Amino acid sequence: MANKDLKTTVQDNVIWKSIFRPGSIYRKGYRDTSRDRALASMNNVLYHLHPVKVKRHGLKLTYTYCLGGLSFFMFILLTVTGIFLMFFYTPAAGAGTEIAYLNMRELSASVTFGQLVRNLHRWGAHAMVFTVFLHMARVFYHGAYKPPREFNWVVGVILLTLTLLLSFTGYLLPWDQLALWAVTVGTNMMGFTPVFGDQVQFVLLGGVEIGPNTLLRWYVLHVLFIPFVTVIFLAVHFWRIRKDGGISGPL
Amino acid sequence: MSDEVSIDQEVYDRLIGEGKSERIARAKAKAASVRKAKLAEGATLGPRPAEQAAKALEEFRANAGGGGGVATKTAAPADAGGGGGRLTPEERAARVAASLGNGGAKEPASMGVPQSGDHTHRLLALVPPAGIQQVQAKQQDKVYTWPHLLLVEFVSLLAAGSLLLIASFFLDAPLGSLANPNEVPSINKAPWYFMGLQELLAYFHPMIAGVTLPGVFLVALMAAPYIDKNPSAKPENRKVANMAFTFFLTFWGLLVIIGSFLRGAGYEWVWPWVQGLGFTL
Repeated sequence: MANKDLKTTVQDNVIWKSIFRPGSIYRKGYRDTSRDRALASMNNVLYHLHPVKVKRHGLKLTYTYCLGGLSFFMFILLTVTGIFLMFFYTPAAGAGTEIAYLNMRELSASVTFGQLVRNLHRWGAHAMVFTVFLHMARVFYHGAYKPPREFNWVVGVILLTLTLLLSFTGYLLPWDQLALWAVTVGTNMMGFTPVFGDQVQFVLLGGVEIGPNTLLRWYVLHVLFIPFVTVIFLAVHFWRIRKDGGISGPL
Repeated sequence: MSDEVSIDQEVYDRLIGEGKSERIARAKAKAASVRKAKLAEGATLGPRPAEQAAKALEEFRANAGGGGGVATKTAAPADAGGGGGRLTPEERAARVAASLGNGGAKEPASMGVPQSGDHTHRLLALVPPAGIQQVQAKQQDKVYTWPHLLLVEFVSLLAAGSLLLIASFFLDAPLGSLANPNEVPSINKAPWYFMGLQELLAYFHPMIAGVTLPGVFLVALMAAPYIDKNPSAKPENRKVANMAFTFFLTFWGLLVIIGSFLRGAGYEWVWPWVQGLGFTL
């Protein structure tokens, strides 16, 4: 009884009702009826992602393996852990004052949860590349790129490229031997771009070879520019799923 | 004028006593108090008796005829023939026009442009049949997003999150020694997802392996839905597409595996059980 009174006190007031719209499962009087289930979707911010009803066959875990959703979850997780890491990181690597690398050492040695969050960010990044890749394979084998979903497949390929670029730009930031030389392999390849090879390499490196300017450039690309572009393409991707009739199939 | 309507406390208490919800009791008590107030003023409640309604209609017709409305004049003979105590469609239109403020003696508004002082919006609109979109979708087997889909998503999110947390607890991300541009490491590899490209570098000129081939792959991938014109999504109908894609994935996977695990110092072929694993995530 006391429990119920507490629940009523919390839920039955102006502030609570102003936060949770009618139909919200957190609002007083939610009943498990068709009407309230519909309202729960319709009056929720998730209505931007999901319609009120979805095809039954799409719920089967073995149809999607939730790969698209998990890719998005990884993106959110990487954003959160990435913001945490930004508090402890300076993208500076002048000769003799490699602050970036010192920050990495301090992060694991003296920042609370620093090592754990860095691990989450690193493994999460690999996981995201992997889930995005598997998501693409899943969509292909279901023929889910066929009309009317052709353009959303193109957006998806762009998102895969952006995911690889996000991961690759982040790879340089620790400024250790591993980072420097892995990135050297990649940027050397870019130098062989037909016609504009040298220019492309110069713009990406901020010089003729990897140095402090490259670190700053890739840092800005990694934490600001590519995530910004990715979010825009994500929005289009999610919107097109709904406009193209929700999940594909059944086969 | 006050919008506050007092409630009939007696009715309210009785309904609450009967176990009715607060919302219903309040509404009924409000209605009771309004009825009481009207009775006190001497008003009769309930629907109007038939003769009273007929009298009101008579009055309306007389007024409309006096005003000289075109519609009502033409309607009068038809009404005389048919008889009955109902408005004809023309009369109803005249009444609507009158209540909107441009019927009767007034000049009709030109082309629907509202006169100053009029409302600039209407709550009703006539939708021509051509304006209605015909939806020809089949009825589908669907379930509610909440709770069914959201629960599945939530559980998979928790599972993936916990897996990652456990992995991060036990496995530390690698951190080598400070970057040194003058000291090339003996094992020099790109991140695993670019190992396919690096492996191609062992066979082709960098312009082919590093730029042209990945560019062609990406464009081909984007063009796939426009190349594959087969409308069927069933696996048995699209053996060629599935074969081609599987071949592509296998080829790429093999390159990544060879590059990651079977290449050692100086990018020479090695066996991992002989010289160890030259691979860092």
